[in-house]
This record gives sequence, C-alpha cells and structure tokens, in this order.
Amino acid sequence: MSDLPRRDPRQEWIARNRLHPRHAEVLQAMGQGAASEWWGPGGLVRRNPHAVGFVGPNGVKRIDRSGTQQGACGGGTATPTAERKPLVEIDAPAFMVAVVPDMAGGRLSGHDRDLLGLARQLADADPAARGAVVAVVFGPHKEANFGEAGIDRLLHLDSPEVTGYAPEARLGALIMAEEAWAPRDWLLPDSKLGGAELGRRFAARLGERAATGVWQVEADAEAATGWHCTARGAAGSLDIRRPLPRIALALAECAEPVSETRHAATELALPQPLPSTLSRIQDLGQVSVDPSGVALSEAEFILSAGNGVKDWQGFHHAAEVLGATEGASRVAVDDGFMARDRQVGATGTWVTARVYVAVGISGAIQHLQGIQTCEKVVAINMDPGCDMIKRADLAVIGDSTQILEALVTLMAQAREEKRDAA
Amino acid sequence: MQPESAMTPGLEVTVLVSVGRHPLTGRARRADQDARGVELARSFADAQVRLLHAGMRDESSEAALRGYLGMGFTELSLLEQPQGADVLPALAEALDATSPHLVITGERAERGEGSGLLPYLLAERLGWPLVSGLAAVESVEDGVATLLQALPRGQRRRLKVRLPAIVTVDDAAPAPRQSAYGPARRGAFEATAGPVSVDDEWAAWHVQPARQRPKRLKIVKAASARDRFKAAAAKAEGGSGQVLTDVTPTQGAEAILTLLREEDVLR
Repeated sequence: MSDLPRRDPRQEWIARNRLHPRHAEVLQAMGQGAASEWWGPGGLVRRNPHAVGFVGPNGVKRIDRSGTQQGACGGGTATPTAERKPLVEIDAPAFMVAVVPDMAGGRLSGHDRDLLGLARQLADADPAARGAVVAVVFGPHKEANFGEAGIDRLLHLDSPEVTGYAPEARLGALIMAEEAWAPRDWLLPDSKLGGAELGRRFAARLGERAATGVWQVEADAEAATGWHCTARGAAGSLDIRRPLPRIALALAECAEPVSETRHAATELALPQPLPSTLSRIQDLGQVSVDPSGVALSEAEFILSAGNGVKDWQGFHHAAEVLGATEGASRVAVDDGFMARDRQVGATGTWVTARVYVAVGISGAIQHLQGIQTCEKVVAINMDPGCDMIKRADLAVIGDSTQILEALVTLMAQAREEKRDAA
Repeated sequence: MQPESAMTPGLEVTVLVSVGRHPLTGRARRADQDARGVELARSFADAQVRLLHAGMRDESSEAALRGYLGMGFTELSLLEQPQGADVLPALAEALDATSPHLVITGERAERGEGSGLLPYLLAERLGWPLVSGLAAVESVEDGVATLLQALPRGQRRRLKVRLPAIVTVDDAAPAPRQSAYGPARRGAFEATAGPVSVDDEWAAWHVQPARQRPKRLKIVKAASARDRFKAAAAKAEGGSGQVLTDVTPTQGAEAILTLLREEDVLR
C-alpha cells in the first residue's frame, strides 16, 4: 500500500450530507467528530449549529463564547488553574528576601501568604534586578504548593532540635541562614503562633531595630532602603511611618497574596549542619486544657449541636471523649438544651475553629456566616440536601445519635490499643 | 490568694511596670499586662517583689504608677528619664546591679513605640533566657522555674527555665487585683538617676494617631467573562466536599475520625 492519501468521494459526500443515516459514523471515521465548522466543496465554510456547545449539568444546552471550549468537546475539560499560571524562575537573584512563615497546622496560613505577597513586592520591584524569596520552614509540614504561594527557594529544616517549641535552636538556624545568604530583608508574621517571638529574638540578636506590627509597605525613593513602612505602635493606637528596616514583623493583610504566577520553590540546604545548642528553655509539652473552659470564639475544635440532636447525654459525652468545645445552633439554644453563650452564628459567636463538626444542623445562613472562617467543616445530618452539606468538606448522611455513639466507641478502641502498645 | 506550694524562700522578683493608656479615653493608667505581671508576682508565697519603672515623672504618670503601689507595695523604684529617651541602658544597668532571680514584664507598652522588643533586648544584653506570653508560674525550685505559656486558642504549654530569667506576661494571666486607694497614696517613690540615651530614630519618625486600615476587597481575577460571572455568582465555598450516603454509622464515624486525625485536633 502506498502512503498516498486516497479520496473516497462517497465518504466525502456522506460527510457533507447531514441527513444521511451514516453521517455521524463517517464523520467519526474521518476524524472530525461532530465538527461544528468545515470547508464545503465549493470553498464555503459550512456550519452545523447543532454541534455547537455542550449539554450542561442540568440537561440544558450551553454555548460558551469565551473561547475556552471548542465545538462539541463537552464540559469540564478546562485545564487546572495551576497549569495555566506562568512559571517564574529566578536563577541568579540580585538579592534575597527571607520569610519565616508560621506554618500553623503544617500549612501556610492566610497570614503567611500575605507575608509572601509582601516579599514578592519587595523582590520584584525592580524588573532588571529581581530578588528571590526564600522561605525558612521548621519542622514537618503538609504543604504541597509552596511554589504557588510565591516561594523561589525553600529552606526546610526538619531536624529534631528545631521541631516543637525550640526558639533558641530556631534562632541559631536563622543566624546560620543570615550568615550563608545575607538576605536583604527578613519578614516574619507578627502573630502569637511563634513569628512574633522568633522575629523579636532574631532582631535582638542581630541588633536591628525591627519594625513591628507593619501593615503597609510603600516604595519611597527618599528612604535609605527605598521603602517606607507604616507600623502600628502603642497597643494599636499609633501609626508610625518609618523607613523599612532589615527585619519587619508584619500583620495579616499587609499585602495581597500571590495569585498569578507559580515559582520554583527550589530546595536549599544550609552549608553546615545545625550546631547543637544547649537550650535553657525546656519544653515539657502541651498541657491538656478543659475544652469547655475555652472561649467559643477561639476554640480550635468545636462539636456543635442543632435541632437534629435527640440524645443530648450522648452528645455531651461525645464532646468530652473527643475533647471538643461544645457549640450549638440557635434552635438548640432557644429550646433550652444549651446555654446562650454556646450559640454559634451571626447572632451568637463568630467562631474561628480549625475543625467544626455540625451535628444535626441544617445550616441557616446566619449559622453559616458564623462559621465562615472555619477551615474544615464536617456535617452529620439526615437530610442530604441541606445547606450545611453543601458547605461541608465531609458530610455523613445518617442518624446523628448512632454516628456519635460509633465515634465514641472508635475513640475508646483507639485509646485501648494505645494503652496496650504502651 | 492561697500561697503557692514549693516556692523557694527569698525569691527575688522584679516587675517592670510602665504607664499605660486607656484605650478609649487615652488617660494614663496602670498598664494592663504590667498589672497582670504584678498580680503574678504577688501570688508567690515568699518572694521579695520590687517594682521598677523607668521614665519621665510628672503628675499624670505619677497617678498611674500609684495604681501599682495600691496593689500592696510600699515603694516603687523610679529611674528618671527625660521624655523620648531610650530606657534600655538604664533598665539593664539597674537589673545588673540588683540581679533578681526573675524579671516579670508585660508583652508590650501601651505608649510610645510599643514594639515589644524591650524584654528581648534586655534578655540579649543580660544574657538571660526569656519566656514570652506567660499565663502562670507553677513552681520555682532549685533555681528552675516551671511556667505555663499561653498559646492561641486557649491552649497552654508547660516550660522549664533556669533562673535568672525574664518572662513576659500574656493577657491570659490572672486579672490584676483592684488598686487600693490608701496604700497607693502612702506608697513612696525611690527615685534614682540612671544613664540617659536619647532615642534619635524615634524622633525622626512620623507618628500619628492610628487610622482605620482599609478593608480588603474580594478581587476576582479571571480571564473570561464566564469565569468572572461564575466567581460572582458562586455560593460561599463548598461543592468540593465529600458526601457519604448509605454508610453504616461505623463507616461514617471512621471517615470523620480520619479527618480529625489528619487535622491533628484529637489530644
């Protein structure tokens, strides 16, 4: 057989004739699929309007004119956003901007991302001489997208000395990083999660007068460093405008997080291993706190009850076993099952929990407002169509009493196994 | 106050106190965190507690400082400094001279720069360990203090630190007792002149009353009108959640427990 393409006039005729019973089949064979546009034999563009668009989730035909979808390729094929973001690589940086994120819960928090956005502002100000953003991360982490947060270089220190509460060992590591790369700026979050303390220790060690509570950084040609910052002072009652020092402790929302580019996040390593320092502060670990004594607005883990809870003894028992702070929806409070100060929602407390378990709560809009800032929401409910299920990261449809009982049993089993192992 | 057990007799404690600022009226008062520090020092059974203040002496600051005297003290050491001076050298020298076992201070001042750097600079200068954000002191034995540090979300961490040390007090520490008027009037100031270093940098900065921070707008960055519309019409998050239907209670509970373990909230 020769490789010469051979025309089959009959096939071509069938492909042109939309009314032919074999039309779709032949188009498929010719590799055109259900094309919406083709060149006719007379040199005219022929269009098939029936092949345009795709059938949407509700069974209605949708036509997307934004250009992202072609012909009848069907919905849901858009490439993930991460792929479309341009990758920025800075091979020979003019200077370094170091960031020490808090990594609360092993992930970059919103505060950390704001800080990285600020670092990018400082690094990218001069397109001719771009800097690189170095992130110093202590201890194990669960973060996968360092590059998307705007990090060019990642210094991950995972040795046991710097894990947990070890301000002096971490300070030693930062000093080593300072000696190795001499970053132009150091940015730390001014937060109680550790950034505020570490940053002040670092500033005191280096003898720099750090700016604390920074919430705005602006370019200023007159300043020595080329930047001016506005910082809160005197318990938040003053705004201090000063040249940006080498070390700055910034508040949340100090800048917009990076959203349009991806960065390399290349791994860095310290030139020498960490020196073994004798810590004068010994960490004896976290103390178990009575979860019911923790204020609802700052509790980390809330088990919240609504109208769907029938077995209140079981609910209280489950909260105790799980070590969760108890919350309630308005209905449960109005019916007298829970105290008023336990109410979650717009009319009660706006909670900031990391994990919020809603038991038998359908999710009134006021309640959903109150849990806006929660990271993970788990719903246990009988009704699969309620709003709480739509908000939840994990929803279990079923009887709340039985599920809570099963949870308590599983927890007891896990404790038993742990005790046997120990 | 019941006396704490296992306190070393003769423990010398210095509390650094400052002049506070009422958040609404702006009047001088005893600083909240410093007062908590004084309260913490008062809870030690056999401790010699000394109050130390470095700063300017005038009518309003004297009234504020008498608030600390009213918590059961007869005298307060005062290092007189001019307006706008850096108090670090004077404090470091005074602490070096008296060398107490424990120095307690608030996290940050309510006036001036209020950067919260002072305890760290003092610790660096004296070479003492520093523990920040304290909620309570559990015991002091053989020159080692067991402390409870306040963490966000109402959590606590137990630490051991070798004395002498500097500790800063968090808002989670016990609330200060009321200041009694009589002792406050009777208390005396023991004024000494310390070394003075003028803070030139502070004078060069532009300081104004805090203005409200702009609220962050929700900016939708989308290439196409369709994406913009979707972002504008989207309901609050969700959609990506996992829904378990037709599972036994045990399976559901296992899924929940896995998530709780992943998030590390189970203690």
